[in-house]
Amino acid sequence: MTGLLLTDSRQSQRRSRQRRLEAIVMGLLISAASIAILVTIGIVLSMAFETVHFFRIYDWTKFFFGSTWSPNFRGDSELAILPLLWGTLYISAVALFVAVPVGLFAAVYLAEFAGPKVRATAKPLLELLAGIPTIVYGLFALITVGPGLVRLFGEGGVFGVSWMAGASSVLTAGLVMGIMLIPFVSSLSDDIINAVPQSLRDGSLGLGATRSETIRQVVLPAALPGVVGAILLAASRAIGETMIVVMGAGAVAKISGNPFEAMTTITTRIVSQLTGDSDFTSPETLVAFALGISLFVLTLGLNIVALAVVRKYREQYE
Amino acid sequence: MTLRSKSLFAADPHIQSRKRADARFKLYGLAAILAGLALLAVLLGTVIGNGLGAFQQSYLTLEVELLESKLDKNGNRDIEEIKKVTTFGYDPLLTAAAERLIETQNIQTDLRAKDIAKLLSKSAVSDLRDFVVADTSRIGRTVSFDFLVNARVDGYLKGRVTRESIADDKMISAEQLDAVDQLVAAGALVKRFNLDFILGSDASDQRPEAAGIGTAMLGSLAMMLVVLVLTLPVGVSASIYLEEFAPKNRLTDLIEVNISNLAAVPSIVFGILGLAVFINILHLPMSAPLVGGLVLSLMTLPTIIISSRAAMKSVPPSIRDAALGVGASRMQAVFHHVLPLAAPGILTGTIIGLAQALGETAPLLLIGMVGFIASTTPETMGDALLAPNSALPAQIFEWAKRADPAFYERAWGGIIVLLVFLVAMNAVAILLRRRFERRW
Repeated sequence: MTGLLLTDSRQSQRRSRQRRLEAIVMGLLISAASIAILVTIGIVLSMAFETVHFFRIYDWTKFFFGSTWSPNFRGDSELAILPLLWGTLYISAVALFVAVPVGLFAAVYLAEFAGPKVRATAKPLLELLAGIPTIVYGLFALITVGPGLVRLFGEGGVFGVSWMAGASSVLTAGLVMGIMLIPFVSSLSDDIINAVPQSLRDGSLGLGATRSETIRQVVLPAALPGVVGAILLAASRAIGETMIVVMGAGAVAKISGNPFEAMTTITTRIVSQLTGDSDFTSPETLVAFALGISLFVLTLGLNIVALAVVRKYREQYE
Repeated sequence: MTLRSKSLFAADPHIQSRKRADARFKLYGLAAILAGLALLAVLLGTVIGNGLGAFQQSYLTLEVELLESKLDKNGNRDIEEIKKVTTFGYDPLLTAAAERLIETQNIQTDLRAKDIAKLLSKSAVSDLRDFVVADTSRIGRTVSFDFLVNARVDGYLKGRVTRESIADDKMISAEQLDAVDQLVAAGALVKRFNLDFILGSDASDQRPEAAGIGTAMLGSLAMMLVVLVLTLPVGVSASIYLEEFAPKNRLTDLIEVNISNLAAVPSIVFGILGLAVFINILHLPMSAPLVGGLVLSLMTLPTIIISSRAAMKSVPPSIRDAALGVGASRMQAVFHHVLPLAAPGILTGTIIGLAQALGETAPLLLIGMVGFIASTTPETMGDALLAPNSALPAQIFEWAKRADPAFYERAWGGIIVLLVFLVAMNAVAILLRRRFERRW
């Protein structure tokens, strides 16, 4: 009887020790999970402080609505985001112009026409394009695509036009970025097209429509919100991309419609304002934080919209 | 009602045109896939075509007489005195060796021996000096030494430099190239595998032929260690909590939304964070792999959390129920049963996350890992983490920025090294998945 009591008390002792240990472990797990929030707060705060600092020494209306970007380290700089935003959006548009048709057609073929063997080889190979580091694309733009385009469109080039003066241009960066984005569009669209219920296809085919008619008039309209979400995600990727534009787009801030001209983007200016000896009291350095937070808000907004669209679409068919 | 077709078996024009449209549509899809694959092939072809040259280097073999009168005037082999002889002291030895080479190989040239010695790399003299300082008993003897030739001569052997391209080049003349042709024919100047590119350190922008990627590789290795040590425990703990214990409430919703958004934040923003927090507030040293590793850890964390959660989700609930049924606590069920079963999936996700981090460049620009010459190999672990260093992608970017086109070849070669690492890591991940993944 005493033995039974003894083991019982020993066991309850063990159990309480175990419980205390588990409480500690649980605390550790919770704190690990909250690190994700801490990082986000860190990102926002680290940029917000310096941005506030920046707007104290530089007029915010000039930053958001001015039209010239000409930093001058002796002071008296004009630091407006608009020319940079224009370059960013223009290059992203060129990239999407390349990636969306190729990616979408590839996704349609993979989802609707390709046999299992073709699918099993082509899909991972296309996804390789997304796994290649951006520095590789940057070097490709700088050394291969840029000079190649000059040979085509430059002075004394194949087409006999002299549209391109230097190898850095909107087209150079846009084309290369487009290659990088193909798998972003194709993979997500492929998943989304696959999620369209088979009954829709069967109904259309049963009424005598051909496969291409079914795809164009039934499957794609049904998948449209998801595809739009995929394109938005690709756009957000394009806007935040750094290495390709640093190496391929140039450093001239201007608002122009000519894709053969060099333009610059938000990300390249962040890099150029923050590398080298930077003085963290001058507006020329601090502007990088204002640019950074603008970029963060822009890409975050696109992502939230894109994810909401994709999620809504998924619920529709579940 | 008009009959559009006379026969049931022959398609009428309308059907025919619809069928043609169908075939065309399918063709567009196929063309898109082929275009994507062709672009991939072009990209890889460019990398390999341009980069393989970096793994070969040209060397000129010279018989150098290590004159005691020049290197050790007092003849007492005192290492301190020998070290005092600067590289200028070694120049005459090279010129004399070049003269001997012209005579013995019977090279027909109007050039003086000095101009032949100029075919050598700018690092040739210091290489010779290091060779002598390493073993002073070599003084007084005649040794056969393989010298690096300069980037122009090396480029000529690789076909990058031609007689047309050097018309305005002050570094090399057509007569020198004539001499090079004869030296190649005589077998004194050869191109061979260049281990120094893989193991060596970066060189100043005057000496592309001596630049190697080894030190940058160590920088990347140190960063990957930091990333692994930080993200694996934190990432796995976070996913255990979110997947197994988290109650469904506002806070956990917020964490989840946060994680998926963090995965999509542009990498340059993490660079800004690193600069503001780790360097400006915590005063960690610029260009240190530790800082690079910290920044990359923040970027890799979401990837690891997402893949670890997927791995834990795929462990069926029956396993947990069985463990709980025999009296295990929830914590024991997770740590003793779910986690070991999810381990291969977690590991696969970790390797893929590390591979992503390895190729990331943009945040490294902001914390100063580009723009200086990573020429000293770190000796200790502390040095490897805290001394300024470069990293694989940062070194590639650095080379791409330099003026001499000989560095482009190095940059492409660096990319081959980077891609080999990425392919190897992904292959390990795929192998792990194939071998250990269980389908329930």
